Amino acid sequence: MSEGSSRNQSLMIAVIAIGFVFAIRLFYLQVIDTSYVDFANANSKKILTIHPNRGLVYDRNNKLIAFNDNFYDLMISYPFNLKNFDTSGFCEILGIPKTDFIKRLKKADKTVYRGSAVFYKNLEQNKYAALQERMYDYERFYIDVKTDRKYKTTAGAHVLGYIGEISKKQLEAQDEENYYSKGDFVGLTGIEKYYEKELRGKKGEEVILVDSRGRQQGNYSKGKYDKQPIAGQKVSTTLDLTLQEYAEKLMQNKMGSVVAIEPSTGEILALISSPSYNPDDLSIRNKRKNYGRLLTDPTKPLFNRAVTAAYPPGSVFKLLNGLIGLEEGVIYPETTYPCYRGFNIGHLHVACHPHPQNLDLRGAVANSCNAYFCNTFREILENPKYKSTREAYTHWKDFMLQFGLASKLGSDINFESKGNIPSPEFYDKMHNGKWGFSRLISLSIGQGEILITPLQMANVISTIANRGYYYTPHCIRMVDDRPAIPKKFKEKHKIKIQRQHFETVVEGMAMTLINGTAARTGIDGIEICGKTGTVQNPHGKNHSVFMCFAPKDNPKIAIACIVENAGYGATWAAPVANLMIEKYIRRDTISSKPEMEKRLFEAYILPKPKPIDTIRIKYIKDSTRKVKNDSAERNRKNKNNPTGNLPLNRDLVLNKDEREENN
Amino acid sequence: MREKKIIDTNTFDWPIILIYLVMVLFGWFNIYSASWNESTGTIFDLTKNYGKQFLFICISAFIAIFWLFLDYKIFNLFSYGVYGILVALVVSVFVLGKEVAGNKNWIPIGSFNLQPAEFAKYGVSLALAKFLGTPDARLKDKNTLRIALAIFLIPMALILIQKDTGSALVFLSFTLVLYREGLSGIWFIMALCAIIIFILTLYFGSIWVSGIFAAVALLFYIFSSRRKYLTWPVLLVTIAVVGFSSSINLIMDNVLKDHQKKRILVTFGLLEDLKKEGYNVHQSKIAIGSGGLIGKGFLQGTQTKLRYVPEQHTDFIFCTIGEEWGWLGTMVILILFVTLIGRVYYLAERQKNRYNRIYAYCVGSILLFHFTINIGMTIGLVPVIGIPLPFFSYGGSSLIGFTVLLFTLIRLDATRSTEMSTLKDMY
Repeated sequence: MSEGSSRNQSLMIAVIAIGFVFAIRLFYLQVIDTSYVDFANANSKKILTIHPNRGLVYDRNNKLIAFNDNFYDLMISYPFNLKNFDTSGFCEILGIPKTDFIKRLKKADKTVYRGSAVFYKNLEQNKYAALQERMYDYERFYIDVKTDRKYKTTAGAHVLGYIGEISKKQLEAQDEENYYSKGDFVGLTGIEKYYEKELRGKKGEEVILVDSRGRQQGNYSKGKYDKQPIAGQKVSTTLDLTLQEYAEKLMQNKMGSVVAIEPSTGEILALISSPSYNPDDLSIRNKRKNYGRLLTDPTKPLFNRAVTAAYPPGSVFKLLNGLIGLEEGVIYPETTYPCYRGFNIGHLHVACHPHPQNLDLRGAVANSCNAYFCNTFREILENPKYKSTREAYTHWKDFMLQFGLASKLGSDINFESKGNIPSPEFYDKMHNGKWGFSRLISLSIGQGEILITPLQMANVISTIANRGYYYTPHCIRMVDDRPAIPKKFKEKHKIKIQRQHFETVVEGMAMTLINGTAARTGIDGIEICGKTGTVQNPHGKNHSVFMCFAPKDNPKIAIACIVENAGYGATWAAPVANLMIEKYIRRDTISSKPEMEKRLFEAYILPKPKPIDTIRIKYIKDSTRKVKNDSAERNRKNKNNPTGNLPLNRDLVLNKDEREENN
Repeated sequence: MREKKIIDTNTFDWPIILIYLVMVLFGWFNIYSASWNESTGTIFDLTKNYGKQFLFICISAFIAIFWLFLDYKIFNLFSYGVYGILVALVVSVFVLGKEVAGNKNWIPIGSFNLQPAEFAKYGVSLALAKFLGTPDARLKDKNTLRIALAIFLIPMALILIQKDTGSALVFLSFTLVLYREGLSGIWFIMALCAIIIFILTLYFGSIWVSGIFAAVALLFYIFSSRRKYLTWPVLLVTIAVVGFSSSINLIMDNVLKDHQKKRILVTFGLLEDLKKEGYNVHQSKIAIGSGGLIGKGFLQGTQTKLRYVPEQHTDFIFCTIGEEWGWLGTMVILILFVTLIGRVYYLAERQKNRYNRIYAYCVGSILLFHFTINIGMTIGLVPVIGIPLPFFSYGGSSLIGFTVLLFTLIRLDATRSTEMSTLKDMY
């Protein structure tokens, strides 16, 4: 018996020992080692991001421009694992035959990305609703809700910009906040990019429980840890949508750009780069379809000419030379210079067109006399006040810089170019240090090495309208209906030129539309001050340029317009600008010049496109078959549709008026 | 008045009955919690596991009460008969068996499945008690030992053939009974040594283990003063150790199935297989570990609720307890089991006749084995062997089987003082 009870004891000890070992092990697992809590969270809690609605974009008159549109992609999780799957019921909801189901499945299998693939893109609303109800039956499928942009207009693409999936580079470069994660949509260009922080809102979070098979099982703690998303702010732009749309219509089938600014504030009323594209073409859903086509289009619709293209300004530059001449005291409003059908210096001859003789500054502006401004520029450069031409040039350039030339203006439109006003060093190099007026003569009339963007041009005319100051052009007006203009747009930039000199030049500009180069293009009852320009273009026909503002006193709008390869400033650019002025000032009243409007609407002044083969070599040399197919298709379309946007085999078409004038 | 004495409830061992009730009810709540989700109805929903478990509890309660009022002599009388029937039931699985999860060890009865392996333990306990309970049975007698071994090794082998390794291994717990009844402890020491050599070999490889053991044996032999007597023993032990160690790889690769081999390797941290064989244990440890000190609260466990732990309402029910009730909860469970098993062993030792004592040791050892293996596997100390946690795990066969096992003991124990004389008459 004693042996038995000792064995009983050893069994008892074993029981207690096992209990003890378990107790210690459990203490370690449950109390000491906290990593299991993290494991458990990683296991079962999934943080779902709820994307906020992007802020809406409005125009200055509170007209909606851009809004949001949800779309639903039906996704399938990998591995597909569709055993015992109710295929026929599923196909019925989607309205697809079984063969299509298999086809889509095969395609999805090839396109799996991060554990899932798109099975059905952009679900129709009724199918979405029907599917939503039965989603629980379709374990391997889920619906991905995405927010896309939609637009109330086809205009303003270059200002609005577009959104798209954030790039790897952007993800890496983002600030400490680390707001973005892969797959997020972000403003890539235009206002969407510049005001991204205002528009994006704040993401929300939903902590949900996920079971071992990846199915969602409701919110954790009944949503106690969820965060509601905050919708993006409403951004009111300075654009006047009516004006923008009208101007785009005027500029259709022409290459060039128009920038309209409210001089007193620097607000951009309209910004057109033509040819343009429908903003909807680059929405998330449409981008894939259209981007390649837009990129390879020889008329470069994606290129924002209004801020990126820089042109020699042509005759409009005379205004600046006149102003500087007055300020430097080398000419007076009453100064006259003779015009011998041009200007002669040495063997150089700058031709001029026929106009009345003995013009003073005002008349010279109105008639755009080349000889007058060659003389003026000569006086500026050979000003005895300065020791050398070089020094005089430097001072002249300084004035130009004050107007915001040769540097980015710093507006909120992206892809701004600097333009160019050559430095004295540039000429030193070019002419081996020896240079004088005769070398720079083309600068007197806005030709030569100087380059100005349409935005800069509009800013110059806005400055003149203001008689000597400007606000940096911008297109932000209000955020959430409260003025929210960044400080830099409220800074007044003053030009060190006396106001009276501006008045003189303005008087000349007013005469331009009465009896000057742009006579007959004006609008009855609106006092428009303008200046024409015809920019010599070594590559083809002259560019037609016009800049103007109206009314003369308390100007409401200043416009710079450039139509490429079109001819005289007065023929194309001036009517465009003047009709816009009427539209802006008179709003809904019918144009006093319907025939002028009609002529513009119908005109087709796109340059002769390069033959398709050249395009192919230039753009598609190394690219994929897909792009080749695109261009082939485009070619086919154009054969069938001669009125299409892109007549590849058509000669430059000008209307009768234009041909006569060119002769 | 004599009749009244038979049903004298004071003779029942109430502590065990109390522990039984607590365990069964707590187990039921945990099964409910393991199956719970937002749309779960009442705990009595008979279409769900917890509802069925309620049914099983009712049946068990009925059987328990019925058993308490049975004539105690019946057990002794029908020991071999019950054993025969239950072993036959195990055999019938070969014919009637229904395949569940690849294994054929269930007999379908209506919408329920009967697992004969859970009842065979009872038959073996009765038969072993009856056989070793005869006054002239001595384990030192080779023949007696052989028969005793055969009593539990036969059903064990049958169940092993049915591929229910877990249930089969439970029969090894009867070796503890044999130990109590006089089987030499050397066997257990040898088994322990074998396990240690096994583990060492897994970690360091058979060459190192064999080499070092041989070297130590050689040194021991050289420096031993009684070298003369030790030549053969040392040589034999060394050969045995080296042979065993060298054959472990062979056993692992050829005798064990791939999943069994992997489960062993996972337990000793030699294989990380979180997706398959290591998944259960990993998820089980996460569920238990994330419970912390006081747990997440009843119905608040995320891991078990979201089905990260497979078999969470049956073999891995301990996870639900660990997750929702924390360390305090698991301590309560440990204390309950240690107390229950300790109490059974205590009762065993106070029995006045051998039949009762041996039967009690069978009950205690079966519970000990289940407790050790089941909880050990959920916390990663023992390779995964699929056996239920007595009174907690979902399952009618398991619950009813353990109830019958335990209440037979309570009934037998109740006769301890009053019926001494009658029993003495029998032998």
